[in-house]
Amino acid sequence: MPILNDLKALATGLFVTWKHIFRRPVTVEYPDVKRTPYPRYRARIVLTRDPDGGERCVACYLCSAACPVDCISMEAAEGEGGRRYARWFRINFSRCIFCGLCAEACPTLAIQMTPDYEICEREVMELVYEKEELLIDGCGKDPEYDFYRHAGIGVVNPRGGNPDEEPPVDVRGLMP
Amino acid sequence: MSPITLDITIHLAKIALIFFVVLTLAAYLVFAERRLLAWIQDRKGPNRVGPFGLLQPLADLIKLLTKEDFRPPQADKWLFYLAPAMAAIPAILTFAVIPFGAPVTLFGREVPLQVADLNVGLLFFMALSSIAVYGVALGGWASNSKYALLGAIRGLAQLISYELSMGLSLVPTVMLAGSLRLSDIVAAQASVPFIVYQPLAFAIFLVSIAAECKRIPFDIPEAEGELVAGFHTEYSGMRFGLFFVGEYINIIVLGGLATTFFLGGWHGPLLPPFVWFAAKTLAFAFFFIWMRGTLPRLRYDQLMHLGWKFLTPLALLNILATGWWLMIREPH
Repeated sequence: MPILNDLKALATGLFVTWKHIFRRPVTVEYPDVKRTPYPRYRARIVLTRDPDGGERCVACYLCSAACPVDCISMEAAEGEGGRRYARWFRINFSRCIFCGLCAEACPTLAIQMTPDYEICEREVMELVYEKEELLIDGCGKDPEYDFYRHAGIGVVNPRGGNPDEEPPVDVRGLMP
Repeated sequence: MSPITLDITIHLAKIALIFFVVLTLAAYLVFAERRLLAWIQDRKGPNRVGPFGLLQPLADLIKLLTKEDFRPPQADKWLFYLAPAMAAIPAILTFAVIPFGAPVTLFGREVPLQVADLNVGLLFFMALSSIAVYGVALGGWASNSKYALLGAIRGLAQLISYELSMGLSLVPTVMLAGSLRLSDIVAAQASVPFIVYQPLAFAIFLVSIAAECKRIPFDIPEAEGELVAGFHTEYSGMRFGLFFVGEYINIIVLGGLATTFFLGGWHGPLLPPFVWFAAKTLAFAFFFIWMRGTLPRLRYDQLMHLGWKFLTPLALLNILATGWWLMIREPH
C-alpha cells in the first residue's frame, strides 16, 4: 500500500528533524567569537616591500589586467637608476571580490592577500584604499624574495652582479 | 453591584484575558518558531534581544509599527485596508467558544471559563473558519498585483479542498457527544478522550487544520518560493503584521479546537485544568512548527487530490462506521 510507504517517509523525516533539535548548533556568533582564518585566507590586499625596504611593486599593470572587476588602478613612474614604481596605486575594495588573481599575476610578489577580513565601512568612499594605506612595512609571505636581484636589469647591483647571474656578453665580440 | 453589572464585568474580564493571553502567545509563538526552526537547522536563532532573545517579539513589534504603511497606487483602497483585519478577527473570534478551563466559582456564582457557550459552537467555528478566507481572498485581490491575486486564488482553491473534510471529520465527534455545544463535547470526554475512539477522524482533522492555518506543507497561498509572499505581497508595516499575527492566532485557536474535540479539552489528571488545556494546545503548535521544519510544500493540485479524493471519502466512511458502531453499542 503506497500510503503506508508515505507515512513511513513522513515519520522518518520527522525523526531526522527531531534529532537535529538537540544537536549543537554550528553557528559562530561573530562579533563575540572571531574565528582565526587560515594564513592563506584571501581578504584585505596589501603591497609588500622587499627585504631592503624598497617597494616591490614595479607598476607593471599585470594585477590591474588580471582583475576581473577592474578594481585596481595605478600610474607607473620611473625613479633614479631605472627603478620603476607606482606614482599612485589604488584598490577599490567596494568592488573587489577577493578572488586572488592579482596576487597570482604579480611577478614581483608585491601584491598579496592577508587574512584580515574586517574591513567594513559606513562610508563607501572609505573603501577606496590609496597606496599609503596599502603599503606595509614587511615582506609578507615570501620574505627572502627580491625581484631586482633576479631580474638582470642592473638596478640594485650592476648587470651580472647578482648571485645567479653571469656578466653581460658583448654581442659584437661574438662575431665570427 | 447588581447581578447584571457583575455578569458584564466578568465577561469583559474574560475577553480581556483572552485578548491578552492569545496575542502575547501568538507573538511568542513567532519567536518559538524561529528558535525551533533554527535548532532543527543546526543554527541558534534570534538570541540577541534580552535574555535568550526573549524580547525579540517586542523588537519586531516596534519595527513593524514604525515601518512605512505603503499602499500600491492601483490598489482598491478600502478593501486593501480592511483585509488584514478580516483575516485576523475571525481567528481570535473563534476563541470565544472554546472552553479553556473548568468552571470556577467567583463571587458566589459558577463562572464557565469560556466567553460564549453557544449551543451551535461547532457550527460557529466552521462559519468563522470560512469567513477568515475572505481576508486572504480580498487582500490578494485588492492589492492589484499578479502574485497577490494568484495567492488569493490559491487560498480559495485550498479552502474548498480542506473545508469539507474538516467538517466531516467533526461529525463523529458530534455523534459521540450528542451535542454541538463545545462544553458538552468536553464533558463527554471526561473519562476517555475521543482520539481513542476516533483516531482516523483526528488524523483527518489534523491535516485539515494544517491546511486551514496555511502552514507548510499547505502554505500554498503564501508560497514564498513561487509567489514572493502570496496574498500579502503588497502589505507592509503593521498591516502585514496583522496578517502574520492572525496566522499564529489561528494556530493557537485551531490547536485549542483540536484539543477540545479530540484530546478531552481541559480534562487531565493532577495538573489544574487550565494548564492541561494550554499544554495540549501548545503541543499542537509545536507539532506544526516541527512539521514546517520537515516537509516540503505541496502543489495545489496535490492538495486538492488529497482533499477531494482521499480525505473526504475517508471521512464519509468514518461517519458511516461510527454510526454503525453506535447503533450496535446502544440499540434503540
